[in-house]
Amino acid sequence: MKLPLSWLKEFVDLTGLEVVDVARLLTSAGLEIDEIRFAGLPLPERDDHGFKISGIAWDREKLVVAEIRQVEPHPNADRLTLCELFDGQIVHSVLTGAPNLYPFKGQGRLPKALKVAYAKEGATIYDGHAEGLVLTTLKRAKIRGVESYSMVCSEKEIGLSEEHEGILFLEDDAPAGMPLADYMGDAVLDISILPNQARNTSALGIARELAALTGRALKKPDYPLATAGESVADKVGIEISAPELNPRFMLGLIRGVEIAPSPAWVQRRLRLCGIRAINNMVDATNYTMLEIGEPLHAFDYDVLARRAAGKKIVISTRAAQPGEKLTTLDGVERALSENNVLVCDQRGALSLAGVMGGAESEVTASSHSILLEAAAWNFINIRKTANQHNLPSEASYRFSRGIHPALAEDGLKRCLYWMAQWSGGQIAPGIVDEYPNPPQAPVVELRESDIRRALGIEIPLEEVKNLLERLEFRCQPGPADSLLISAPAIRLDIGTGLVGLADVMEEIARLYGYDKLPESRLADPLPPQRGNPSLEAEERLRDTLARLGLQEIISYRMTSPEAENRLLPNSSGVPLEYVALANPIAPEKRVLRRSVLASVLSAAEKNIRQRESLALFEIGAVYVPRPGGLPAEPRRLAIVLSGKRFASAWDAKVGVKLDFYDLKGILESLLDSLHVNVNYVPAEHPSFHPGKCAAALLAATPPGETPVSLGVFGEIHPQVAENYKISAPILAADFDLEALLAALPAGYPIQPVSEYPPVLEDIAVIVDEALPADRVEALIRQTGGKLLESVTLFDVFRGEQLGAGKKSLAYALTYRSPEGTLTDKDAAGIRSRVIKRLEKELDAKLRS
Amino acid sequence: MLNKLNEIEKDALENLASAADEAALEAWRVASLGRSSPVMGVFSQMGALSKEERPLVGQRANQVKVALEAAFAEKQSALKQAALQASLSSERLDITLPGRPARTGRLHPATQNLRRILAILAEMGFQVYTSREVESDEYNFQLLNIPPYHPAREMQDTFYIDTGATEEAKRQLLRTHTSPGQIRAMRQFAAENPNNPPEIRIALPGMVYRFEQITARSEVQFNQVEGLVVGKNITFGDLKGTLAEFVRRMFGRSAKTRFRASYFPFTEPSAEMDVECFVCGGKGCGVCKKSGWLEILGCGMVHPTVLQNGGYDPQKYTGFAFGMGPERQLMLRHKITDIRYLWGNDVRFLEQFS
Repeated sequence: MKLPLSWLKEFVDLTGLEVVDVARLLTSAGLEIDEIRFAGLPLPERDDHGFKISGIAWDREKLVVAEIRQVEPHPNADRLTLCELFDGQIVHSVLTGAPNLYPFKGQGRLPKALKVAYAKEGATIYDGHAEGLVLTTLKRAKIRGVESYSMVCSEKEIGLSEEHEGILFLEDDAPAGMPLADYMGDAVLDISILPNQARNTSALGIARELAALTGRALKKPDYPLATAGESVADKVGIEISAPELNPRFMLGLIRGVEIAPSPAWVQRRLRLCGIRAINNMVDATNYTMLEIGEPLHAFDYDVLARRAAGKKIVISTRAAQPGEKLTTLDGVERALSENNVLVCDQRGALSLAGVMGGAESEVTASSHSILLEAAAWNFINIRKTANQHNLPSEASYRFSRGIHPALAEDGLKRCLYWMAQWSGGQIAPGIVDEYPNPPQAPVVELRESDIRRALGIEIPLEEVKNLLERLEFRCQPGPADSLLISAPAIRLDIGTGLVGLADVMEEIARLYGYDKLPESRLADPLPPQRGNPSLEAEERLRDTLARLGLQEIISYRMTSPEAENRLLPNSSGVPLEYVALANPIAPEKRVLRRSVLASVLSAAEKNIRQRESLALFEIGAVYVPRPGGLPAEPRRLAIVLSGKRFASAWDAKVGVKLDFYDLKGILESLLDSLHVNVNYVPAEHPSFHPGKCAAALLAATPPGETPVSLGVFGEIHPQVAENYKISAPILAADFDLEALLAALPAGYPIQPVSEYPPVLEDIAVIVDEALPADRVEALIRQTGGKLLESVTLFDVFRGEQLGAGKKSLAYALTYRSPEGTLTDKDAAGIRSRVIKRLEKELDAKLRS
Repeated sequence: MLNKLNEIEKDALENLASAADEAALEAWRVASLGRSSPVMGVFSQMGALSKEERPLVGQRANQVKVALEAAFAEKQSALKQAALQASLSSERLDITLPGRPARTGRLHPATQNLRRILAILAEMGFQVYTSREVESDEYNFQLLNIPPYHPAREMQDTFYIDTGATEEAKRQLLRTHTSPGQIRAMRQFAAENPNNPPEIRIALPGMVYRFEQITARSEVQFNQVEGLVVGKNITFGDLKGTLAEFVRRMFGRSAKTRFRASYFPFTEPSAEMDVECFVCGGKGCGVCKKSGWLEILGCGMVHPTVLQNGGYDPQKYTGFAFGMGPERQLMLRHKITDIRYLWGNDVRFLEQFS
């Protein structure tokens, strides 16, 4: 909400406070200042205020009030005029192209001088012709043969608004020669209003806060309301059918208005607030809304009288019926729902309550009498309606936060006053007021102990009373040393009971000053410490993977089914069920991911050209829909490797590519460090090369049960790699983190370290190509027993001398006993048993 | 004979001086100390000597042998030293050639940052509590004192899940804050002892989502860390003291804090906390827009309705909660101007974080 400082000063004395001081006070009290736009007042001297500043200051010497005494045509140009202008000291001849001076052209000396904003040579103003706001300094120039060094300004040129159609006219009593900054210099505060501060959506509301924060008096507007003619009640009646949707409805009437532009100062003020000036009647409703906070609606009384065809006009309010339609004053025909509330007369709907008026009964240039509505609405219905019709308006902005029904009366009277002031109309006596559902004024009982309990400080009730009364709370002594506090009839945000106590406590803290409240250390007992083993294990996994040389990435959770379909060699797979967004920001981000691997492959695709090798991992949730409930969010781990095994260096240029066994080594290290034992088995998965894919099955599976698969890994299928535009082999793993973490042992035993020397020997056996190496090793280990400390495969060899379909596997064996030194004879015994079993069970031959 | 020994010694030592390498030295050893060397020859001729001469010659021969052996050892060591010197001075690396790159893995900067925050909170007794990301309207809004169509809903633009439900109260959504975890935690703990629920001191980290266009300044997903303290004697003073201590541990012992009034539906009184700019130390810089302060978290006393909804009797319990955006701190600290880098997964960005 934009408010000029000058308006606030009407209601509270801000003497001694700079613009930024005011901004700082409001910010500390929860009224954050988004921007301060200067329109004439001097900019702050220091730059450490922290606020966003825009606009210009007006030089007091070079921008002054002046009067145009005569307007003459330019000798060489039809569209230019020459003005005789008095700047308070001397008379100048000033060139202008403003179309709103044409009517005065060639009339000789004007009977009433035109008061204008005059910029002298060297003044810095905005360039009226430039796109946007561009500062320029006035220089001497010749335009069509006439010398020009100064100008009469438009609103845009002095930074009041975007308006540059013509020059700005000031009030007739503006004193020529007065610095413009003194006459109307201002600064506009753009204030962000929190949802619980409906009471502050007006100049009076903000001024009330400032008065409370500074301890100064709030000067409420005081004005006489003269009436004449037949009373409103004789002409109009009100019927409210749903008081819970419309707690109050009021009507006032003003006759004999002359529709005209509002006074210049009103138009200026509205524009500073970002609102277009229309005519004196519409402007009066907007002005009052900004001043008091009550949105108002003006009907053309004569239209309603015509519709009532001689009968008394009956204005009624009700929920719309499904299928009902209304053309609002923006010319759009709107299909209504039962959430919408309508203001109607006998003939039908007139306006969409609290949001926008209807086209037929709107005020026009030919209106003579105005029926003015001030009402209170259920904020939820207003919000639903504004959302449904995509009609955010100044009125709905306020009503949807909950405007107190009491404000309707203040707003109606004030608006009638302005209407009469600006149009010469006569206010009809009386006001029709239907108030079926006044809100209960909550009373909160507060004790000093409550303040201590909430704020941790002693504040005497006398001081509390003093603070709260500044915000118009009423405070009376209550039972047992308590204070009975009732909220003023401007706010609906104060509750009852404990909630009301918290609401009041916030007001006390706000006015007392958050910075004055003490800091204390938690004295409450330390709660039971629970830890988060699942997260701790996840973090351990991250550390291990980073230690193994992998870079962690974090991807968007939002993706598209098409993006994830790239995981398949062709789009032949069964479509997955997705958690889909109802309001995605883009088609490629319309579902939540089902695959972390897809995320990591996309990242690899993006980076592969930047790096000769990639080693990436991501740990995160995937989202699996569950009928009738919230989706499952199991976590997964995905790893992608691609590129060179060793980093290039100046003496090592051979580029061996990362392969399956690099990835397997990483997984082995990872699982070893987690003390999880698995068996690796060949696996099939559409994303992977059929011959280079494995699954890691949990080793500790009770007999007869299917082993739990922790995940699959291997080389990505070449067609899938093509989908990701990566030509080098991609190694990838896709693991089920929940299964992996469930398999973590609580602890692990450490083996004693033998003091005795080992016996080392190598054996090589020739086996069938198809025989998996792990079966040979398993048999060696099994036969070797406790004395066989380690078995390491150190060579795999294929060659003619072995024969087709054969391979040689060479193992380094270490024998050692924890109890004594082994002899060669001991070792030879084990060795011969190993060889015998290999020959018998695996058809292996010892290679000699 | 004694004269001969003197000569043998003199000759041998002279010869030794001219041995220039290992081979010459070895030849000298064989010639001067070997079985057929002159000095050994003297020993073998001892039998031919008189009884009187024998001890004198024997003693002298021994002296000569020991002296030659010592000279040999000395020479050998000198030669070794010389050879080492020669090889050291010939082996010179160009130490300015680049080293071979070691492959190092790293955690994502957001992970590193989150851990730092959680570690500090853990020191202060806050245990990590994690909860789901796809939430019900009830948990994300209603139980947190934000009824359907409440104006506070405008503070958090929401991604809704397409479940077919249209009624706001029944919709699923991507959590807009980690606060639904507050309700889940309170309910879980309260269930342990409904008549006297245990005190709570937890940190709630995790990804949250806002319906925004992705630009340099706004993101659809980011982490949040909330804290929740519930007990029988918790005051606003405790909130201020605890957060001030957190800030001192996070940003340095001298870091100052400032509290401003604010509004959140789930806390009251509510506040925004500013911290003295940790980039310039409060002197004023581009990051803090010269004000010397940075807005880093929102906080407040837990609203009685929220305590009630969590199963904690607001007559008996009070509490405070706070929430911050860790990525915002990360961006301020490293002067990252484009938030899209965070989930853009460009390794050239990620590798800069050690």
